[in-house]
Amino acid sequence: MRFGVVRFPGSCDETDALLACRRYADAEILWHGDRDLHGVDAVVVPGGFSYGDYLRVGAIARFSPVMEAVGELAASGGHVLGICNGFQVLCEAGLLPGALLPNAGRRFLCRQVDVEVVRADSPFTRMAAPGQILSIPVKHTTGRYYAPGEVLESMNAHGQIILRYAEGHNPNGSVGDVAGVSNEAGNVMGLMPHPEHAVDALTGSEDGGVIFESLAQVADASDETGIRAGLVDDAA
Amino acid sequence: MLIRPKEGILDPQGQAVKRALPALGFAGVEEVRVGRLVELEVEDASQVEAMCRKLLANPLVEDYEIELVDP
Repeated sequence: MRFGVVRFPGSCDETDALLACRRYADAEILWHGDRDLHGVDAVVVPGGFSYGDYLRVGAIARFSPVMEAVGELAASGGHVLGICNGFQVLCEAGLLPGALLPNAGRRFLCRQVDVEVVRADSPFTRMAAPGQILSIPVKHTTGRYYAPGEVLESMNAHGQIILRYAEGHNPNGSVGDVAGVSNEAGNVMGLMPHPEHAVDALTGSEDGGVIFESLAQVADASDETGIRAGLVDDAA
Repeated sequence: MLIRPKEGILDPQGQAVKRALPALGFAGVEEVRVGRLVELEVEDASQVEAMCRKLLANPLVEDYEIELVDP
């Protein structure tokens, strides 16, 4: 099992994401200008300020060559995790529903928040317990999750709300306290909190590790059974 | 192109401006919404609408208006 972590000009959390992935599997950096994903099993789109966040957060990054390949991986059922700016990029790319808007309080926020695991049966959370509270930091200016009412209803119906801010912990005015969502197929997820900054007790919490651990195990399981389309093709 | 937050979506920047105006003695401002202006020089104006939809605005959360001016 190997993770690929994308590096855009302006990324700043890719090294922490890489180190978090390496606790549970192999991992390497993928360059934004490179269309080749080097055969990785899952991709992490990390936090930062891709392409300076010019125009809108994530708006330019979604057109980078690597994102074309990430879109193809997602379409074939491969796993893609977007963290903070990565979440914004995946929304702009249409791989996830909704959008991230400026925090209701306008300010940059950097704090530890409690996040509740709504779905513990997703590929990104299956090592967590349902309702488990994870202590994970947020650090963003544009983290207010928004989706129109009918989209939210559909997301609820399809179980796409994976993580919510615990009561009293919504830092940015996100609709329905939404902290992390998946696509309808369930193989792409984005979240605003930074699990890669919470993998070692030395920095306050190791609760974020469960996300990378879950993903590593799912990808390993699909290696064994050849579930992923690409692997079946290779065998044939 | 004039691009602004969609009706009904909280605009924290507009709210901050709205709160600042009375402090300067400007009363009676009921609503402020802050957007952005994009100026383009183009040969073929028929593409501008598509540019807005694909890149310059996010139609999920923003409205846009296009004004064409001949030089």
